[in-house]
Amino acid sequence: MSAVVNKSTSGSIDHSRRRFLIAGSSVAGGFVLGIPAFSLTGIADDSETERQIGFFVEITASGDVIIGTNQPEIGQGVRTALPMLVAEELDVEWSKVSVKPMPLGLVKTADGYTWKYGVQGVGGSTGLTGNWEYMRQVGATARRQLIRAAAQQWGVAEDSCYTRPGVVVCDSPSRQLAYGEVAEAAALLDMPEEAPPLKAISEYRIVGQRKNTIDARDIVTGKAKYGVDTQYPDMRYAVIARSPYLNGTVKSFDDTAARQVEGVLDVFKIEGPELGAPYIILAHGVAVVATSTWAAIKGREALQVEWNPGPNAKDNIDSFWQQNNDMLEGEGQVVVDDGEFTEAMSSAEKTITRRYKIPFVSHAPLEPQNCFAYVQQDRCHIVAPTQGPSGASRSAAAVTGIEREHIHVEVSRVGGGFGRRLTNDYVAEAAMISKQTGWPIKLQWTREDDIRNDFYRPAGLHEMQIGLDADNKPVAWTQRLASASKYYRRPNMPDENLWQPELYSDDFPRRIIDNFRLEYFHNTIGLPRGSWRAPAHTANAFVIQSFLDEIAHETGQDILQLQLDLLGGERELEYGNHGGPTFNPGRLAKLIKFVAERIDHKRERPKGRGVGLATHCTFGGYAAHAFEVTVSDSGELQIERIVAAIDCGLAVHPNAVEAQLQGGTVDGISTALGLEITVKDGQIQQSNFHDYPLMRIAGVPSLFESHILPYDDVPTGVGEMGIPSAAPALTNAIFAACGVRIRSLPIGNQLRDAMTA
Amino acid sequence: MVSFKVNSESASFTGDSSTPLLWVLRDHLRLTGTKFGCGIGQCGACTVHIDGRAQRSCITPVAAVEGRSITTIEGLASSDGELHPVQQAWLEIDVPQCGYCQAGQIMATVDFLNTNPKPSDQDIDNGMTNLCRCGTYVRIRQAIHRAAELTGAAK
Repeated sequence: MSAVVNKSTSGSIDHSRRRFLIAGSSVAGGFVLGIPAFSLTGIADDSETERQIGFFVEITASGDVIIGTNQPEIGQGVRTALPMLVAEELDVEWSKVSVKPMPLGLVKTADGYTWKYGVQGVGGSTGLTGNWEYMRQVGATARRQLIRAAAQQWGVAEDSCYTRPGVVVCDSPSRQLAYGEVAEAAALLDMPEEAPPLKAISEYRIVGQRKNTIDARDIVTGKAKYGVDTQYPDMRYAVIARSPYLNGTVKSFDDTAARQVEGVLDVFKIEGPELGAPYIILAHGVAVVATSTWAAIKGREALQVEWNPGPNAKDNIDSFWQQNNDMLEGEGQVVVDDGEFTEAMSSAEKTITRRYKIPFVSHAPLEPQNCFAYVQQDRCHIVAPTQGPSGASRSAAAVTGIEREHIHVEVSRVGGGFGRRLTNDYVAEAAMISKQTGWPIKLQWTREDDIRNDFYRPAGLHEMQIGLDADNKPVAWTQRLASASKYYRRPNMPDENLWQPELYSDDFPRRIIDNFRLEYFHNTIGLPRGSWRAPAHTANAFVIQSFLDEIAHETGQDILQLQLDLLGGERELEYGNHGGPTFNPGRLAKLIKFVAERIDHKRERPKGRGVGLATHCTFGGYAAHAFEVTVSDSGELQIERIVAAIDCGLAVHPNAVEAQLQGGTVDGISTALGLEITVKDGQIQQSNFHDYPLMRIAGVPSLFESHILPYDDVPTGVGEMGIPSAAPALTNAIFAACGVRIRSLPIGNQLRDAMTA
Repeated sequence: MVSFKVNSESASFTGDSSTPLLWVLRDHLRLTGTKFGCGIGQCGACTVHIDGRAQRSCITPVAAVEGRSITTIEGLASSDGELHPVQQAWLEIDVPQCGYCQAGQIMATVDFLNTNPKPSDQDIDNGMTNLCRCGTYVRIRQAIHRAAELTGAAK
């Protein structure tokens, strides 16, 4: 990464460097003002034929357009969607566009670090929404520079010029210049003070159209580079033997045999985090460095390590569930208490109470964690598959002591995120090993390392209770959760805030049922916890949507009608959690009605066949599912048909919206059917895909419809919305088919056991 | 020393002959299109062709490919760059999300279609066992049918 000099010094710099330096300062300042990152020219290569307009747009003499992407591509389609926004405003043919991933652009200023290329990082389904204005401004500004350059060349007024795709046009006198002919002059122009006006959405011809993944050809030919594919001269390969015990430590190790493995170069101890301290890395262990991945793995197999099992050696999943159960018998932390809850619940005509169990699960992205790190005296080079390149730089800085502006972070294509790569523990490990050895290192995790060392989705036991009046109308609602919070071991995290990532305080049905209470009980267990795709929404959607189905059944109501009555019409309710500031329950009503009608939910099905519905709003995006399943007398489940629908406002990149809806649905089913992480004697019991069985293609029915329902002109995120309502729609369908209510995930053998009991 | 062919070129490996073919391809021959996912033959990200048949290279010791001919994802398109019909179908249907498993999915599909040129959905369910963590199965199924059409049309 090139250095950037403060604007005040730029005037004194020699001419050959001047443009770049001005560019750098403009950008750092520009971001603060909300103006796009935009430079006169930002490339060291002073080629006459290729000019970069701003950091993001490069136009070749032949009119090819290369658009930089500042966000990690984890499969959500951001590497295509963001360039679509730029290309739309830039006014170029999409077929002329290719993309180039950008490294982390962190700039040190007097006030701390700021972003050279805008905020970089993907999580919470914000990759598109967080860049929606910015990327359009980038494209619009680049287009304006091209117009200005052409107008100057022609000696005409700027406002007498306009563009057609790839061409600046002037009608009087009639003339035109291709972008490639005017890009060089455009790149030399001063940056405008503010971004030009943006196109009206009605004029869009790229955004909202079906465009295929822009770099898919690289993927299908094996050329796409993931972190795991990083090569570097004289690079060594490393693996780590991590403590199999949660919070265990290395008592001693014997590396005699390991060092005899051909190719093994070094073996040394890795210090893990202090007990209870925030995680920089996950575990204590012993690193093995070798000349190849396989030699490192073989060396690790030959290593003899004696572990101190540590304070969690007696952790067992069964006792964890028992503790949750016991906790719910007492009183917890009341975190939301609307209306006259106690009075309303106690005076209700009828109450219904149910408990639901949500297990720990692992992220298991298909590309196991890995990181290239090369630590030299005062600088460090990182290549990592990460969702948070800035966090990668922080992690590397924490373990090397190198200033962050001297840590160069490249983000590879990422083989799946799902929230796992919001934490950069593997980056810190790689940097530690490179620092220790002085070598360029590629750290490789095996699948076993990955399943056993994760920031797991928190597990919890939910108790739901509703109070109904004589007409079966809800008068009071409560959700009581005993769980292991995700905020465990977060820096500066007071205990009273531990509930926050597990119960989103403004989720449905808050502000719809007036007497509303949320209560939390924090349980402890040694597993690290973190964000797993649509974090607490997966748990809460399952619980709430299952409970509504139970209420409908208990009170003899049609579930769709009950949902529609509760959700009501369109209106904006206050929503203070991520995805707010408002929540419109009418959008959910529209979706659930759509999927219900589409699957013809009112039609009577024969015994053993049933339909289930569910809907949920996740981080500002809305989705619903209808499942039709059959359950045989012996408990064999077959998903016959799925109708999934999403309302993401404006669908910028519809191919990816549909893909995320499909993929989220599959993720929801796969996880609900068979995935659970358990602990015995302080050790994770699962290790690979034989005992952590992701679903295969046979689990997905041939009848699978995905629908994008239009709403308005503001896009929401789409990466997490497809998952939460899938599992409850499935289990509600199971109940409709065979009368077995699934209140504990995963489904596992429960159907077989219940049907054959 | 183990000698074999990779994508029609001669290759050899002089190290530990129990090394899985996967790591020989990736670390030594620098053919990184073949991916590591599980190391126990469960996920199929490492699928390559050995004498034309799909095999999981993470559990295939390099010693087992002595004298045999291996095709990886890098060698699937023709030398003039024309994509294999399965690759074309993958692009047309826009299958990949993260893309990490797709080389293995494609290699598995090529072999699958050789023995099932016009597969039913049931055939696909029975014959395709590669994992996709992103859940691209809906489009994989479409792309397999499309590849079957493209292959049939080419014949």
